[in-house]
Amino acid sequence: MKFSFTEEQDEFRSVLRRFLEDRSSTTEVRRLMATDTGWERERWSQINAELGLTAVAIPEAYGGHGFGVSEQCIVLEEMGRALLCAPYFSSTVLAASAILNAGTEAQKQALLPAIASGETVATLAFTEENGRWDNAGVAMQASANGAGYKLDGVKSFVLDGHTADLIVVLARKPGSAGDQGLCLFTVAADAAGLERSLLTSVDETRKLARLNFIDVEAELLGDDGGAAGPMGKTLVQAAICLANEMVGGADRLREDALAYVQMRMQFGRSIASFQVTKHKAADMLTDVELAKSSAYYAAAAFDEGDADIASVASLAKAAASEAYMQTAIHAIQMHGGIGFTWDNDTHLWFKRAKSSEVFLGDPNHHRELMMQGWKD
Amino acid sequence: MTDHTEDSVRAEARTWLEANWDVNLGLVKWRNKLADSGWGMPNWPSEWYGKDLSVGLVPVVEEEFRRIGALPIPKSGIRMLAAATILNHGSDMHKEKYLRPILTGEDVWCQLFSEPGSGSDLAGATTKAVMVGNKWVVNGQKVWTTSAHKARWGLLLARTDMNVPKHQGLSYFIIDMHQPGVEAVPLKQMNGHASFNQVFLTDAEVMPDFQVAELGDGWKVATTTLMHERRGADSLRSWGQVPDLEGSIYDEERAEVETTLAPYKWYPQRAGRVDLIMQRAKETGAINDPAMRQEIAKLMVLHKSAEWTARRARSAQEQGKPQGPEGSLGKLASSNVARASARVHTMVSGADAMLSGADGVMNGTIAEILISFPASSIAGGTDEIQRNIISERVLKMPKETRFDADKPFKDVPRNTVA
Repeated sequence: MKFSFTEEQDEFRSVLRRFLEDRSSTTEVRRLMATDTGWERERWSQINAELGLTAVAIPEAYGGHGFGVSEQCIVLEEMGRALLCAPYFSSTVLAASAILNAGTEAQKQALLPAIASGETVATLAFTEENGRWDNAGVAMQASANGAGYKLDGVKSFVLDGHTADLIVVLARKPGSAGDQGLCLFTVAADAAGLERSLLTSVDETRKLARLNFIDVEAELLGDDGGAAGPMGKTLVQAAICLANEMVGGADRLREDALAYVQMRMQFGRSIASFQVTKHKAADMLTDVELAKSSAYYAAAAFDEGDADIASVASLAKAAASEAYMQTAIHAIQMHGGIGFTWDNDTHLWFKRAKSSEVFLGDPNHHRELMMQGWKD
Repeated sequence: MTDHTEDSVRAEARTWLEANWDVNLGLVKWRNKLADSGWGMPNWPSEWYGKDLSVGLVPVVEEEFRRIGALPIPKSGIRMLAAATILNHGSDMHKEKYLRPILTGEDVWCQLFSEPGSGSDLAGATTKAVMVGNKWVVNGQKVWTTSAHKARWGLLLARTDMNVPKHQGLSYFIIDMHQPGVEAVPLKQMNGHASFNQVFLTDAEVMPDFQVAELGDGWKVATTTLMHERRGADSLRSWGQVPDLEGSIYDEERAEVETTLAPYKWYPQRAGRVDLIMQRAKETGAINDPAMRQEIAKLMVLHKSAEWTARRARSAQEQGKPQGPEGSLGKLASSNVARASARVHTMVSGADAMLSGADGVMNGTIAEILISFPASSIAGGTDEIQRNIISERVLKMPKETRFDADKPFKDVPRNTVA
């Protein structure tokens, strides 16, 4: 198992960090989060064109660069740090992985190159209004419609669901339950009978949508009734990616809070000189670095085909969720009253910490998944 | 040093070992051979029982020892701290007198640094050495002294000048533990073990020749000892592993290890024994309780994250990268793990957590965890000191305001020891 990054990976990270500091300032984040779309196609295309970020983890055979999850996670960590407003997680992590894991060769050839180039923005609609993150929670019906299928039901908490061009949808065959009868489909954003509405989210930098399907024509992606496996793999990969995105945000919050206490004076001295502040800062560093180790380990383990990867992914997601939220709480406290104001940037990451804590399953959910797979 | 290559060292070591290794040799006799040949401590100077090899070539020699099953000189324990300190700062007389019996294991050593009145603040030591006639006379009390009752010699940090700031008034001595003025009293801990001693020094004597380095250099010399102590913390674990081979020399070393490591028997319990959690959870059925599963999982997340952080730090070090923040967190992380593990062990054991010894779970092992873990956040630097180190050295936050650095030590407020 690799426990450190190569020189090339370190170099890639530092280039990306400088680039995103320039392109995703908090002024820019605040501008984009106030829009209904949450991102702008032109801005995102420019950013993506320079570094080819959407192509990183897609195999070369489908127009990508063919790197692993480890490299994709460097991208995510830096995006989480910069709070970049872009449809990256939805399109490149969720949808592209689902297509890669489930699609036929012809479907991968047809769909992935445009996602890799960034031309198509896709998303994955799997959660419903019950807010469950497991296969058993899926109720949406896929019924036969001539040679194809039509979908009826509601998907919710769909990341960038109101702006994506292509929607990968998880549904089930009538009368099926649990892991049985699950199918993935692709649906065009402008399909007849599909109604999309933006949800008002706590974290304005990450837009969620509700999608209402009424007799919507859909194309089957991969095996008929065999989506449970590919979906499982997709969610494992997504949990690892989200964990890495989260530790990026947590580290940025930690650094900003540290910089603030270093300059803030009270009682005639820097508040960073108070031991109570120093000890909190030391604990924050410990929390974040430990969560980073798990996130990095999980990414490397995924690339190495670790047999326990589902457990490891859930461990990393749980660790990152707790560390990010705890860091965010400490960061506001360290700023004092100013940290609770809208003008101070801390709340932008605080809210991302909150939405990420819940997205793809909260820490309790992942700890239970981890225990189910624990080998000991 | 430059004319040695990996291949030449390997060949030379192999030839020597094949000619000299004998499982029927007495342990001391074998170690004397190692001292004479230089193969016991190959990175030491050839003048003093070594071969002038670079540290990087030592693993090659160690590999050859393992290949043939030959016993190396144990690289851990207080006596090796003494050796490192003496090699760095000792006089030729010290080296002549002490190094060989350290290598052969004939002399046990102890470290007389901590005092009841100075724990985290080690440089605040108040044990005094005063020149009376032609010798130093020492009075004071030391504590947390492992093996003091068995030691032949002690590494002593004592105050020789009250009129200068505290770090400047300390000197370093080698003290003969076999004298009337030295009394070692075992210190019974809350878990019933007595791994350490209190050492009472009452008009104990040290001849001037046994001062190490210059007068007032005590803190500098102690820093060398402490640096080697931290570095050696890892090798203590590997020491206990005598090859599972037959021969009287192995039995002799096994007996030595048994005695020397006896004070450390409860150390695994102090660290929380995360390795026993799943087994215990299955035995008790706690594994089927959703609330317990959450608690166990929280512990495992912490435990694994800490383990992977340590491996990340080691990996960066091996690659020759500058040390990142992850390298400074191990001590604090491991006391967090110990505390969390003791908590989960309690919940998993239920009412049985109240019982100890033969009535307790696993013949008292679980109880020993529950009453030993507090040591992990104190011994070897408290959590509070670790947080100071992390915040000041890693995060570059302001240093603690000092009230003792720029005045004579006699004017610094300090504990009065009854």
